[in-house]
Amino acid sequence: MKQLVILSGKGGTGKTTVAAALAHLASQELSIVMADADVDAANLELVLDPTKQDVQDFAGGKLAVIDPEKCIACGTCHEVCRFEAIIPGPGTEAYRVDSLACEGCAACYYQCPEEAIRMEEQRDGQWFRSDTRFGSLFHAHLFAGRENSGKLVTLVKQQARLLAQDTGAALVVVDGPPGIGCPVISACSGMDLALHVVEPTISGVHDLERIMATTDHFGVPSLVVINKADLNPARADEIAAFCTERGVGVGGHIPYDTIVTEAMVRGLPVTAYTDGQVTEALGEVWKRLKDKLLI
Amino acid sequence: MIITVASGKGGTGKTTVAVSLALSVAADHRTTTDDPLFLDCDVEEPNAALFLNPTIQERREVGQMIPEVDLEKCTYCGRCAEVCQYHAIAVVGEKVLVFPELCHGCGSCTLNCPTGAIHEVLNVMGTVERGWAGLPPLSSPPLGGIRGGEERGRVEFAQGTMNVGEAMAVPIIRQLKQWVIPPSASTGLGGTPGDRPIILDASPGTACPVVESMRGADFVLMVTEPTPFGLHDLRLAVEVARDELGLPVGVVINRDGVGDQGVDDYCATERIPILMRIPLDRRIAEAYSDGGTLVEVLPEYREQFQNLYAAIGRLVVDRKGARAQ
Repeated sequence: MKQLVILSGKGGTGKTTVAAALAHLASQELSIVMADADVDAANLELVLDPTKQDVQDFAGGKLAVIDPEKCIACGTCHEVCRFEAIIPGPGTEAYRVDSLACEGCAACYYQCPEEAIRMEEQRDGQWFRSDTRFGSLFHAHLFAGRENSGKLVTLVKQQARLLAQDTGAALVVVDGPPGIGCPVISACSGMDLALHVVEPTISGVHDLERIMATTDHFGVPSLVVINKADLNPARADEIAAFCTERGVGVGGHIPYDTIVTEAMVRGLPVTAYTDGQVTEALGEVWKRLKDKLLI
Repeated sequence: MIITVASGKGGTGKTTVAVSLALSVAADHRTTTDDPLFLDCDVEEPNAALFLNPTIQERREVGQMIPEVDLEKCTYCGRCAEVCQYHAIAVVGEKVLVFPELCHGCGSCTLNCPTGAIHEVLNVMGTVERGWAGLPPLSSPPLGGIRGGEERGRVEFAQGTMNVGEAMAVPIIRQLKQWVIPPSASTGLGGTPGDRPIILDASPGTACPVVESMRGADFVLMVTEPTPFGLHDLRLAVEVARDELGLPVGVVINRDGVGDQGVDDYCATERIPILMRIPLDRRIAEAYSDGGTLVEVLPEYREQFQNLYAAIGRLVVDRKGARAQ
C-alpha cells in the first residue's frame, strides 16, 4: 500500500482539484482510500458527494474554566497566562477565560491559590468516515478557530491508512492543507510521495521552495505538477528548471481552463466532467505517479 | 483602524486585495495623512513583499521561551513533566529531556519547579522584519514599466517568516503584531477611521494562526471567489470572525463572473455587505504572476480601493455607534 499527499505551500493553487481528479482516475484501476487533511477548510467532500457512515467527536485539548464562586479576584491567573487568555470579566466576574486564546497549558490551574480553576476537555471538532463512488473518504471539521489541527490531521490519516491495510487497498490519497506549519507536517509524515501543485506565479515559485524544503526536511520525496501552466510560460520554465536543479521530476503541465470551475460548480472531479485538455493533462500526471510509486 | 484581510480558502486574492488597498490608501491623503502600515501575517508563506518590494531596515529573530534545566539544582522529581500539557519535557532517570517543537512556551514548568532549577531561553522559530515600501530609494533610477513607483505613496511594511520545519505560526504572528502595532491602535473596536490605516494580510484557513491575525482588528475583510469552495470556506471564516470574535465583516468577490450565485445568496441571507467586485480578468492573473499589483495594472481600481477603505470606515463607525447604545 502506498500513500500520496497533495501539497502546495500557497493556498488555492488547485490541490483539491488535482486530488479529486487523481482519486477518480486511480479508482478506475485500483482500490483506494482518501483522506482530506485540510481539516479547517475541507473541500474534497464538495466534489466527491460523500455519504457519511460514521461521525465521531474530536477532543483536541483542554480549556481553563474559572469558578466564580471560588474566585477571590487575586489576579494570579491573569499574571501567569502568557496567551492573554485571562481577561477581566463582564459584570461581577473578576476574570474570565477567552476560549479562543486559551492554549490549555494549565499554568493558571496550577497557580490558582483557591483551586478555583478546572481544566475541561474540549470538543474541538468532528471526523467522518464516508462512502464515495471512488472509495472511502475520511474527513473532518475542526470547529472555528480551534487548536490542534495537526492532531486531527494525524487522526484522519491514521484512520485512512488502517482501513486501507484492512481492505488491501493499493493507495491512500491525502489532500493536504496549505502552508508549511503543524497540519502540513502532520499531513506529510509517513507519506511515500508529496505531489506539489504549483502555479507559475512569483508567489507560487516562492512558496514551492518553502514547501519543498519542508518535505525534504521530513524525508518525503517530491513530484511537481504545474497548474495553469500557460498563464505565464516563462515562470513555468523557471519552475521546471528549479525542479531539475533539485533532482525533482515535473509530473505534468495543466492548462488554465475555466472548465475546472464549471466542474466544481457541478460537484464533480474535473476528469469526471470533461474529456478536454485538462483531463488529458491529469491523465499524464496519474501515469507519472504510478511510475514513481511503483503501482 | 485595523483591517485584517482573510478568506478561508487560499488563493482567492487576499494578498492582491491587501496590497492594493494599502497602496491606494497611501496615495490618497483625503482619507488619512498617515502612511499605512502593512503586516504580512502569513508567516508560513509570506508573499506580500514580492509585490510591495520593501526595503527592509530592521530584522530580529523571534520564537518562544523554552525551559533549560540546571542539573545542579534539579532533583529529578518529575513535577515539570507532570504539569506540562504538551509532553514537551520528560524526566527519565537522571536526565531531563526538552522537546522544543512541542513546547508552547507557557512557563508552567518554570513556575512549578520546587527547586527553581528551570530558567527559560529563546528557541528561535523565525524572523520578523520591517521597512518601507512604495517610494523608490533616492539613489535608484525611476522605475519603468507597470511599476510606476513614484506615483505610489509610502507604506510601512512588516512581515514574519517562520523557519522551515517549525510547526507553530502563532508565536511569530503574535510577536510581529506586538513589535509594530502601537498599543494605542490595537484596542479592538476602539479604532476610528481617522486613525492610521493598519492592514493585516492573514494566512488561509480558519485555525489558530488566522484567529491570531484577526484578534484586535476593527474589521475583517473577506476575499472570496464565487465558487462552491470559496463559499464553503467563507462561511467558516465568517464563523471565526463574526460569530466567535464578534468582529464586523464585509466581502470582496474576486474573479466575479466564474462559478455560481452561492456567495451572493449567502451574503444576502446573512446580511454581510459585498463591498467590492473584481471581475475575472486574465490580465490581472498574468500581471500577478510576475509580481504586478492590481492597482498598477488597472489604475482605475485605485479609486475603488479608496472607496472600499471609506466604506469600511463607515461600517466600523456604525458598529461602534450600535455598541454604544
